[in-house]
This record gives sequence, structure tokens and C-alpha cells, in this order.
Amino acid sequence: MPAPDDIGILARTIRNLHFHVPMWFTMIVLLVVSYIYGIKFLRTGDMRLDSMSSSFVKVSMLFGLIGLATGSFWARFTWGTWWIEDAKLNGAAIGLLMYAAYYILRGSIEDENQRGKFSAVYNLFAFPIFIVLIIIYPRMAETSLHPASGDTIGFSTLDLDNDLRKVFYLAGLGWILLGVWIATLKYRLTEIKRKDEEI
Amino acid sequence: MRKYSWIVMLASLSAMAQTPVDDFFYQSGKIYVVVAILVIIFLLLTLYLVRLDKKIAQLEKERNEA
Repeated sequence: MPAPDDIGILARTIRNLHFHVPMWFTMIVLLVVSYIYGIKFLRTGDMRLDSMSSSFVKVSMLFGLIGLATGSFWARFTWGTWWIEDAKLNGAAIGLLMYAAYYILRGSIEDENQRGKFSAVYNLFAFPIFIVLIIIYPRMAETSLHPASGDTIGFSTLDLDNDLRKVFYLAGLGWILLGVWIATLKYRLTEIKRKDEEI
Repeated sequence: MRKYSWIVMLASLSAMAQTPVDDFFYQSGKIYVVVAILVIIFLLLTLYLVRLDKKIAQLEKERNEA
């Protein structure tokens, strides 16, 4: 598949668009699923829905970490640094830490029903803040190195002959499906463990 | 302050110096950065799946004992 080879400091690393960006898409999709199951759990109290919600958050954290790691590496050889004070980077890091707190919250409550309720309510508030931190806040920032935030243009304006889009949409779909599959594996494992403990 | 100026100089030198690692990643239009990122993704995903595998194996073991 052809891709532009001459976008300034990016050179041929523009191909990372198909890997780094879908990690965050996957994370957001998994968090949406988790959010929906969190609300369902609050309405019904069915523990299976809590397992679903928490498993999806855990696997979304994996994709968030991969997103940070790949982004940091990409930054090292384009911006020249592993990490920099930037609205997009800091927003993403704080967003991830917020979900790390979700882990800690779940670990600190013994009673499973209460643990489910507390974490579902936490998720209810955490997700909108997460979206603000990783999408809205960087976009409103005055300056940013990261594409599509602050004063930096997004890749959509560079991809004039739609070469990147053809691959990007398919890659995005593929990574999302992979993420959902891993999350359902995690859910099935969590469910078996929970049922074993019930007996 | 002048006593320590060599530290500043050394630090700025090392920040600017092209290490062999830099040379490797900057060659051929930085294409190896893409390769490295694929490796990062593969390693982290595999690490997670192996851990999942271990947990399943543990469950199987418990079931066989019971």
C-alpha cells in the first residue's frame, strides 16, 4: 500500500498511524462497552455484568499502555524526546492514571456486590472526564506537538489522495476487534473464577 | 558556578550526540521506528496473553485436583 514518505520529521514513520492511533480507538471502544455494562449492572445487580465491565476496563488499560509506549517511542525519533509537557501527552497520562485508580478501588473492597457498585459509579464519572482529558482538553490547548491537538493539524489534512485512509480504517477495525476478543477472553476467565468462588 | 560548567557542557553534548542507536533508527527514512513500534505492540500483547494463559492453566489444575 502506498503511503507518503516525505512528511517533514515524520519521514516514513507516518505508517505508525495504523498502529499507534488504533490503540487509543480500541481503548475508547472497550471503555464504552465497560461503561454500558456498568450502567446495566447498577440497574440489575447481576454480577456477570460487573465481570464484563471490569474485564473491559482492564484490557482497555493494556491498550492504553501500548498507546503510551508506542507514542513515546515515536516521539523519541521525531520530536527528539521520549516525553514532553504537552496537553495531549499529559491528558492521556492522567486519563490512564484515573483508570489505574479504578483498579485500586476494586482491590480495596471485599464484598463483591459493593465492589461492583462502587466501581460502576466510579466508571460512570471517570469515562466522561477521560474523554475530556484525551480529546477535548488537548484540542482546546493553545499549542501542542501532537497532531490534531492545539495548533497542530491532523493527518486527515495531509492524506490528500486517501492512500492512508484505505489502510487506516481497516487497521482500526482490526485492532478494535482484537481488543474486544481479548476482553471477552478476560471476561470468561473472570466469570469462571467468580463462579468457583461462589461454590 | 564556572566550576560545574563542564557538567552542563557534557550534558548538552550527550543530548546532541548521534549514538549508534540513533543512527540505526534515523536511516532509511526512519522506517525502523515503525518496525520497533510493531515489536513493542507484539511484545506487550503477547506478555498479556501469556499471563492469561497461566491463569487458565491454574484454573485447570485446581479443577483436576478437586
